[in-house]
Amino acid sequence: MKISEVQEILGAQIVACAENVDVEIKSACGCDMMSDVLAFVKDQSILITGLVNPQVIRTALMMDMKCVVFVRGKKPDEKIIQMAQEHGIIIMTSDLRMYEACGLLYSHGLQAGGLKG
Amino acid sequence: MDENTIKWSIDVDGCNFDTAGVASQSTKFKLKQLGLDNELSRRVAIAMYEGEINMVIHANGGVAEVEVFSDKIMVVLKDTGKGIADISLAMQEGYSTATEDIRDLGFGAGMGLPNMKRYSDNMEIITKVGEGTTVIMTFYMGNQSQQT
Repeated sequence: MKISEVQEILGAQIVACAENVDVEIKSACGCDMMSDVLAFVKDQSILITGLVNPQVIRTALMMDMKCVVFVRGKKPDEKIIQMAQEHGIIIMTSDLRMYEACGLLYSHGLQAGGLKG
Repeated sequence: MDENTIKWSIDVDGCNFDTAGVASQSTKFKLKQLGLDNELSRRVAIAMYEGEINMVIHANGGVAEVEVFSDKIMVVLKDTGKGIADISLAMQEGYSTATEDIRDLGFGAGMGLPNMKRYSDNMEIITKVGEGTTVIMTFYMGNQSQQT
C-alpha cells in the first residue's frame, strides 16, 4: 500500500514531507508507549500514535519508519514537524481514534507485520 | 591490543527530555557513515536510545561513549545518578520506577533495560546506589541472532 492510500483511508492531513507519499509500505503499528514500539516492532513502516512529542519522531527514526500518523486530532508542534522534515519522515494527522484508524487500515489489507517474540 | 579503533563520546543532557536520544541519533548516523550494516546500526541505536532515555529520566544525564572495533561495537553509558537497587527486578519486563509524568511521555513502561539486553549481544551493569550506574553493551558484527 502506498502512503498516499493510507492518507485517503484515514482522511488524514499531511503536515510534513508530503513529497514522499508514493513510498510503498507493508505493515503498520499502533502504540502510545514508545518503549513498546522499540521492543516489539519489526520492519513496520508506519507508526500510528496519540502521543505527541519529539520522542515519537526519534523512535520512528531509530526504527527506520517512514511515516507517523497522529490520531485523536492531536497536532504536532513546529519543532516536531521540523524534525520530521529534516529526516524525511512523513507526518499526518487524523481525527480518528486509534482503534478506528488501525481497524480501517487493517481491513484495507495493511498487516501488523512481523512482531518479535 | 594495538588495534585502531574509532571512538566518540557524547554528553547526555539530563535536564531536557526533548533532546534525549540525540546521542543515539548521531551515533546511528555515524555508524551508517562508517558503512556498517543497517541492521547492526539499528540494534546499536535502539539499545543506546533506551539507555539514554534511562539516563535522562532516572539519573540526570551522563556520558555516552561508543567505540568501533574491527569485529564489534562497544557502547558505554555512564551516569552518576541514584544507581539501581535491585538489578534483577529492573531487568523484569514491565517493572519501572518511572513516574506517571514519564509514562505520559511514552516511556517508563519497564522495557528499557530488557530492550537493551535484547538488542545487544552482551550487557554488563555496574551500579552502586547513590553513586551511579555504568552500562556496557557489546554488539558483534555479523551476528544476526538479535534481529531487529
